[in-house]
Amino acid sequence: MGSGAHVNDSPFPVAETLCPVVANDWVNDSYKHLILDAAHGAIHAEPGQFFHLLCPSIGENVPFYRRPMSIYRIDRAQGRLEFLYKIVGRGTTTLAALAPGEKLNIFGPLGRRFDFETRCRHIVQVARGVGLATLAPVAEAAGQLGIRTTAILSARSPKHLMSIEYLRSTGAGVISVTDSEGTSGVEAVEDIVRGLIEKEGGDFLLTCGSNRLLQLLQRLGREYGIAGEVALEQHMGCGIGMCFACVREFRAPGGGITYRRVCWEGPVFDIQEAVSW
Amino acid sequence: MVDMRVRIGEIELKNPVMPGSGTMGEGLARVMDLNRIGAIVTKTITPDKREGCVPPRMVEYKDGSLMAIGIPCKGPDHYIEEILPHYRAYATPVVCSVSAPTVEAFGQLAAKLSVPGVSVIEANISCPNLEQDGKAFGMDAEASARVVRRIKESTDRPVWAKLTPNVTDIAAIAQAVEAAGADAITCANGMLGMAVDVENFQPALGNITGGMTGPCMRPIILRMAWQVARAVKIPIIGSGGMATARDALEYLMVGCSAVQIGTINFVRPTAMLEVIDGVEAFCRRKGLRAARELTGAMVPRREFKEQQVA
Ligand SMILES: Cc1cc2nc3c(=O)[nH]c(=O)nc-3n(C[C@H](O)[C@H](O)[C@H](O)COP(=O)(O)O)c2cc1C
Repeated sequence: MGSGAHVNDSPFPVAETLCPVVANDWVNDSYKHLILDAAHGAIHAEPGQFFHLLCPSIGENVPFYRRPMSIYRIDRAQGRLEFLYKIVGRGTTTLAALAPGEKLNIFGPLGRRFDFETRCRHIVQVARGVGLATLAPVAEAAGQLGIRTTAILSARSPKHLMSIEYLRSTGAGVISVTDSEGTSGVEAVEDIVRGLIEKEGGDFLLTCGSNRLLQLLQRLGREYGIAGEVALEQHMGCGIGMCFACVREFRAPGGGITYRRVCWEGPVFDIQEAVSW
Repeated sequence: MVDMRVRIGEIELKNPVMPGSGTMGEGLARVMDLNRIGAIVTKTITPDKREGCVPPRMVEYKDGSLMAIGIPCKGPDHYIEEILPHYRAYATPVVCSVSAPTVEAFGQLAAKLSVPGVSVIEANISCPNLEQDGKAFGMDAEASARVVRRIKESTDRPVWAKLTPNVTDIAAIAQAVEAAGADAITCANGMLGMAVDVENFQPALGNITGGMTGPCMRPIILRMAWQVARAVKIPIIGSGGMATARDALEYLMVGCSAVQIGTINFVRPTAMLEVIDGVEAFCRRKGLRAARELTGAMVPRREFKEQQVA
């Protein structure tokens, strides 16, 4: 367990699965932590991938399409999938109403995973808000491979910081910065990242959830010649590359701008190809 | 055993269920066996390379969605070299959807795409006609007929004309494409709609208008399929708002020979398989030996008079 890719050799590796809810608890005033009992196939998921969730319909909240949710934790030992989500719209509102024992129809795993295993020795990941959920499984997988991770967590206030214990338990170093303490400004984060690169051998940059942090890491990545990846979000239709609804702008290799599907070419992209928003 | 085979002009399909153009892709092969569906219908190909519409591209409703995707396309060579090979592994016939800005370009494109592995050309005539101020070909009977005639001259493949529902008299368009030699009619594409993001005083779609599709559209497109079925003799493939076998049965009973499942593939990726199994189960329950017996099987109520539909 826990080394490299988990190859699913089924001819149909992407499936709809009905998963019983194990827990769906509040983490703070706007985030919930969903734990699902995942059947055999669904557990073949990798950090950076997502599942497309068929959120229930309740009253006026009738989400027609599924909702993409990046994987927060893959617990292969217990056969569980975990998601950390912020309640923002119709889909996450009805998702929040799911009680233990109820079943959720999930479709996946979908999308391109993070590709870090052979590319680095010390990952510097910078996450804001729900971006943390997407990057956390990298810390766990990296820890098992002996790759060091330092996670810089940015939030509005200390009480909005999440997952510090979980990240520490994977062996990751955790540095938290917050708006209320005045430590989360771009200059402050820049100093921390420079220190990690210059003094601690930081050699791979990961981010999710903040435009400003993406721009910062793109700039530092170029300056130091360090590779990195970004996980992007977008409203999705199908989640499997068919409808082309979830495109975002990217820098085309030959110059100019091109659209790519977040669900299919991503959601993990080369950090320098992403266009900030 | 129910005989699920249906005939669309000169080609035979193993069952009457296929995806709508633009609503399936290579990704679906990771989810289900594409040998099970009646046909593979690929996303519309245009002669030029296109990036598609500016995002946002989608607005969601309770029972459908408004999408403005704009046919992103990497051109016919890319289709032949990169997309078609994905489907070589399957015995399922491939229907290649084409679109172009002029009648002549439609013909050239259809000729270019009539390669081994393509069994049918579906003409998506919902796109703007550059020779007529951008008005869609499909909104005009004469322009629709010219496209079909030109494609028929340039390929030996059967040609299906996919109509747009954004017309007042769809039967007249259907008759025009039949007279021009179409082998079948697909009825129909998305209905034009729009939405406003009131919070930001902006159109909700980057393209302002988009195509309304999904279950909410079914009664309207079903009515059109019925009108087309009464107006022409060539086979009809229904396309609009089907989510279940029951929905597909409606289309078959008003006169369609086959159906295309679209938007619901995005929500329930194996919806086509459920429709195939459900149609078969229905035939068994009703004692029908063949699915093709369903085509036009709706019997009018006794009191029906033409004036009542006005
Ligand atoms: C995202 C999307 C993309 C589509 N792309 C095409 C296309 O490229 N060519 C075409 O002829 N129809 C296209 N359609 C129309 C569908 O093939 C189908 O005719 C229509 O959606 C109605 O069926 P439905 O209600 O089952 O979706 C598209 C529809 C959607 C929702």
